[in-house]
Amino acid sequence: MIVADRKPIEEIIAEIKEHEKILILGCNECVTVCEAGGKKEVGVLASALRMYFLNQGRDVKLDEITLERQCDHEYLEEIRDVIDQYDAVVSLACGVGVQFMAEKYHTMPVYPGVNTCFLGVTEKRGLWTERCQACGQCILARTGGICPVSRCAKRILNGPCGGSTQGSCEINKEISCAWQLIIDRLKALDRLDDYEQIDPIKDWSTDRAGGPRKVEREDVQQ
Amino acid sequence: MKINTPSKLEKILAAGHLAVTSECGPPRGSDPEVIVEKANLIKDHVDAINITDNQTSVTRMCSLAACIKLKLMGLEPVLQMVTRDRNRIALQSDILGAAAFDIHNVLCLSGDHQSFGDCPTGQNVHDIDSIQLIQTVRHMRDESKFLGGDDISRSPKMFVGAAANPFADPFEIRVPRLAKKIAAGVEFIQTQCIYDLDKFELWMKMAGDRGLLEKVSILAGVTPFKSVGMARYMKNRVPGIEVPDEMIKRMADTPKEKQPEEGVKICIESMQRLKEVEGVRGFHVMAIEWEEMVPEIVEKTGLYPRPSVD
Repeated sequence: MIVADRKPIEEIIAEIKEHEKILILGCNECVTVCEAGGKKEVGVLASALRMYFLNQGRDVKLDEITLERQCDHEYLEEIRDVIDQYDAVVSLACGVGVQFMAEKYHTMPVYPGVNTCFLGVTEKRGLWTERCQACGQCILARTGGICPVSRCAKRILNGPCGGSTQGSCEINKEISCAWQLIIDRLKALDRLDDYEQIDPIKDWSTDRAGGPRKVEREDVQQ
Repeated sequence: MKINTPSKLEKILAAGHLAVTSECGPPRGSDPEVIVEKANLIKDHVDAINITDNQTSVTRMCSLAACIKLKLMGLEPVLQMVTRDRNRIALQSDILGAAAFDIHNVLCLSGDHQSFGDCPTGQNVHDIDSIQLIQTVRHMRDESKFLGGDDISRSPKMFVGAAANPFADPFEIRVPRLAKKIAAGVEFIQTQCIYDLDKFELWMKMAGDRGLLEKVSILAGVTPFKSVGMARYMKNRVPGIEVPDEMIKRMADTPKEKQPEEGVKICIESMQRLKEVEGVRGFHVMAIEWEEMVPEIVEKTGLYPRPSVD
């Protein structure tokens, strides 16, 4: 899933403080799972903002809506009938949802309520960690199912570097060395001989480096 | 041994001499005299001088410019290149720039993470990794081609080196990793600082058993301790360096004012033992900000005068 983290409330207030009628718009997908932008967090943020404006002696309209998704036309259309009641939207969706919202409601100011962090997993409640950088050319078949692009601080394709120490990355003991994990996994798969195959220079054109990407599937287009 | 480049370092190794290299860190400023002074301290006692490439991710004068300065002094530079700061366009471009000044040695590294340096909020590049950089230089040299496939006019004649750390984890892939660098085309290796000689000898034995030592020249890396504090720092804080407890004790048991002398003594003793290790073809003496000690270390190890090759 896309993992996000809550923005500091001071930052949100700084963006929206001039507005009078604000919609806090949550998303029921990834940001709900990572507890940053679902219905519950919409409620928490709205309450905090109400308290702030009350203390400022201001009467600001603050409504809460949580959509099934903000990255699909059909769900974003659900607010078309009510959007004119507001002069700003704080979207707690990931950056994808914020942007789709801005594209669809072209004259409506929309502010991000979360920082979109990475594609990752829930290791346990309250702990999410990165697994994928969407490079567009998956190499996991060669690396035993562990991704050095997302999990090595230097995205080294032929690792580990000299900084790997007792299973940890040189930048932080709490981060596992991706290449230690790869080697452990190749061993578990009885494939350690594969370690010596040199991974070729990567084609990064399918990555961010190649410019904004798209996936187009004629077979599923109407 | 076939000679592939005009590198003096390659010629010395091919002639069967124990090579001696050292290194200088460029200044945090634009004064070229810093490089000249450091180089003058060691130039008669080493065959080639590495210039580090923004080591520990601290911004400094670029390695290429400092290497050119050495070249203009008539010395033999080893251009260190890390893959952290430049993409494949910039790396190939700098390789050609170095070759334009007849810099004939390159050391291919990934580089410390930028979080250790003075720009921890910066991006890193890592378009290619150190093994792929070895491949890149060999491709440019041997095929006279850019990575993109176009021809290079006057290909870069560089003797290609890399680092190896026999002490980093996991130990079981330390020899396979050396094999991988050799398969990529590396011709000489400068090792991480060696303090745990038993472990180094085991690594060399394992490399020898696989027939790797005929395919690459291993320069054993050594760094003298200036103090017991430095020894402890190397042991506890520098990733991938192992210092045996008895070596720390030996430094600690020495009065503070005598510790530099003791550190140099340990270094020389280590080098004497390393000279006898099969496959050791020379030394890379890293006297960190202590370049003035290099001549004494080289002389007392019986490696002076340096051989001349045409």
